[in-house]
Amino acid sequence: MDVQRQAFKEEAYELLAELETSLLELEETPDDMEQIGRVFRAMHTIKGSGAMFGFEDIADFTHNVETVFDQVRGGSIRVTRELVNLTLSARDHIKDLLDEGGGADEIKANGIIVSLRNLLVQDDADEEAEAEALPEIVHAEPAVPGPVVTCRIRFRPAPDIFASGTNPLLLLNELREMGECSVTAHTEDIPPLKDLDPEACYIFWDIILTTSHGTNAIKDVFIFVLDDCELTIDIVDDGERVVDGAHPDRLGEILVRRGDLSDKHLQKALESQDRLGEILIKEKTASRAAVVSALAEQEQVKKRIAQRKETAVSTSIRVPADKLDQLVDLVGELVTVQARLSEKAATETDADLVAIAEEVEMLTGGLRDNAMSIRMLQIGTTFSNFKRLVRDLSGELGKKIELTTTGGDTELDKTVIERLKDPLVHIIRNSIDHGIESPDVRKAAGKPETGTIHLKAQHSGANVLIEISDNGKGIDAEVIRQKATEKGIIPIDADLSEREVLNLIFSPGFSTASKVTDLSGRGVGMDVVKNSIEALRGSIELVSRKGEGTTITLKLPLTLAIIDGLLVTIGGDYFVLPLASVDECVELPRNRDEKRNGRNILNVRGEIVPFIRLRKEYGIQVDRPELEHVVIMETNGKRVGFVVDHVIGGHQTVIKNLGSAFKKARDISGATILGDGTVALIIDVNKILDF
Amino acid sequence: MAIEGITETGQYLTFMLDEETYAIDIRQVREVLDFTEVTRVPRMPEFMRGVINLRGGVVPVVDLRLKFGMAATEKTVDTCIIIMEVIIDGNTALLGALADSVQEVLDLEPDQIEPAPKIGTRLRTDFIRGMGKKNEDFIILLDIDRVFSAEELEGVQETERQPAPGLETSETLL
Repeated sequence: MDVQRQAFKEEAYELLAELETSLLELEETPDDMEQIGRVFRAMHTIKGSGAMFGFEDIADFTHNVETVFDQVRGGSIRVTRELVNLTLSARDHIKDLLDEGGGADEIKANGIIVSLRNLLVQDDADEEAEAEALPEIVHAEPAVPGPVVTCRIRFRPAPDIFASGTNPLLLLNELREMGECSVTAHTEDIPPLKDLDPEACYIFWDIILTTSHGTNAIKDVFIFVLDDCELTIDIVDDGERVVDGAHPDRLGEILVRRGDLSDKHLQKALESQDRLGEILIKEKTASRAAVVSALAEQEQVKKRIAQRKETAVSTSIRVPADKLDQLVDLVGELVTVQARLSEKAATETDADLVAIAEEVEMLTGGLRDNAMSIRMLQIGTTFSNFKRLVRDLSGELGKKIELTTTGGDTELDKTVIERLKDPLVHIIRNSIDHGIESPDVRKAAGKPETGTIHLKAQHSGANVLIEISDNGKGIDAEVIRQKATEKGIIPIDADLSEREVLNLIFSPGFSTASKVTDLSGRGVGMDVVKNSIEALRGSIELVSRKGEGTTITLKLPLTLAIIDGLLVTIGGDYFVLPLASVDECVELPRNRDEKRNGRNILNVRGEIVPFIRLRKEYGIQVDRPELEHVVIMETNGKRVGFVVDHVIGGHQTVIKNLGSAFKKARDISGATILGDGTVALIIDVNKILDF
Repeated sequence: MAIEGITETGQYLTFMLDEETYAIDIRQVREVLDFTEVTRVPRMPEFMRGVINLRGGVVPVVDLRLKFGMAATEKTVDTCIIIMEVIIDGNTALLGALADSVQEVLDLEPDQIEPAPKIGTRLRTDFIRGMGKKNEDFIILLDIDRVFSAEELEGVQETERQPAPGLETSETLL
């Protein structure tokens, strides 16, 4: 029961999301019959299944919207901005009803209903009467609490049942009230009149009942006579059988199942009966060829139905998200164990073992990719949520803004998408509030009145790039610099490139909005956005040209659970660097290093690369080897080297959280377990540079 | 004289730290491991010894001796890691604590436990739930949730941040 209500809710949320998209499109193309139909169907489905699963408030409310869209569909009401607005707020109200299970704002709801009714075609008196009357009808529809099942009930009262004062007919009447019901009385046990005891009951009944009340309710009907009767209740149709292609049980099958006929007798009776085709041929009413061809057609159709069923099953299934999380966890463990096996096999001479280890490695890799891909979702749904945001906010501010998107089919890990939503909302709000100018300002600047915000997603190696660009007024680097010096974020004489200055808006305590508006500028600045993106192991960058617009680029990892890492050692300790940002590895012989006089820069093919000694950073006291290695990584557009003892190689890194005890270890983003059981720490390269 | 909160017979795991007997409530003990190699986490307070691999999970390990101001734990055949469940920031977390040796599981009646003395112990009195008495010996009952509270773990004695001379040099050069 609860499962079904939950399923309804999930379905309803999906329908509401679809509804929103359709409505927004409808606003642009008001005559699109297909979209109108889609809105109507969504409302209709929500109403129908809402009533079925006991959400009467939703069903009642939705009915009003449905009525209006029925008329829109019929062509008597035109799609206007007002209608779209109303329907959108109606959609929000339905969502509130779903969220809170009834605690939504009723006054607002009544307001929406009244406005919707006003839209209805007025000159048709009948129509109006219907609009008034219909909600009551909806009420009268029985709240169907469970699935509709068909039961076969055999009720055989004890012969002395009348002695207890029971009237079996009343029980049968009660069953009739529960749903569609057919009753057959078995009178074959009634003895000849001379043997008949008038106070005994010789009759028993077969009842076929289609009801939504469940078998318990049926048993309840018989609750007072249970001791005085034989009662069997069998579900013959659970309401979930695929109707298409499957036919109800044949007569013989039913009789056998009821125990009224033995299987042997049935077979015998069937054998004595000619097949229809043979009878027809015998009687010469049809030619043999005609029958054969009809049979072939039948066979063909059967096959097709079977095929269709298969594809219908394979399209999609609904799985709770935590099951997926568990699966990914298990795959993570498996990857760890597999690494151990491979390591062990590498030191053995047993060729069989090596072969098995390789096969396991291959399979594990496949399994991992597969498990990860299950968790991948398209970012498009998130994008379409923003359409509404842009529409509502720009309306409030009196700006004209259009949201365009590309790359909506780009896939990202479910968790990444979920946690990306808030930062994106923040960025887009900023664009609407501070980026795009009001229409007259735009006109004066020689730009089109309607501003554009463009969302773009694309793959880039193991990362996904998300670009949010607007063609608004851009950011003035000088203003940023002034603000930053005022707030003491940078010294007055700081020598920063324009790009570095612009990216100062991500510093904590920096908020350029001089006045607090409803939308942004409440002091919760872009540093929050930056932090949430970095918590996802991503990075953020801003490019802006004064007067032309701003582009913010988010770089995010495809997944959070497993990364490709580069395993290195420093003084016997293992560390993992994210392979995605590794550019190259070069050697650093000690004698060459000593000539450097302590300067930490490296000449790589004529390019100057600064480097950091992780050994020193981390206070590792063990002696340096003769030959050290520098891993050159690209972070925030700069190449920086990290000096390590040895580079071991690529490593499939299953990320484990260090837990709250190590909350302070900011430059360590987690740990992983190596094949031999050693723990290696994963270095967050961006954070190290912050130190 | 019984103390508040301890009204029933309790079971305690006793262990040694620098010749003194300590005990923690057995209900907070998950298991006891032999000493294994601990991976250090850089830039953490000295008493946070690092992390170990506990059957595929990563568990932090704390040196109680350092935490209580004694010399660091030396590895001997008796050195153990007591894995316990502590509540940090409202969440239950697993945490390992180094002990010189683990002794026994002890039943203590409420009347065998006395409040912590205000003076005379080496550790902060708020870490102590009470003093157990067994024969003529005293056992220090630790309030382990308090020892490992979020504030304590973040470390008052945090190591000095080491500057990154590499970058500083490079930036002036670039």
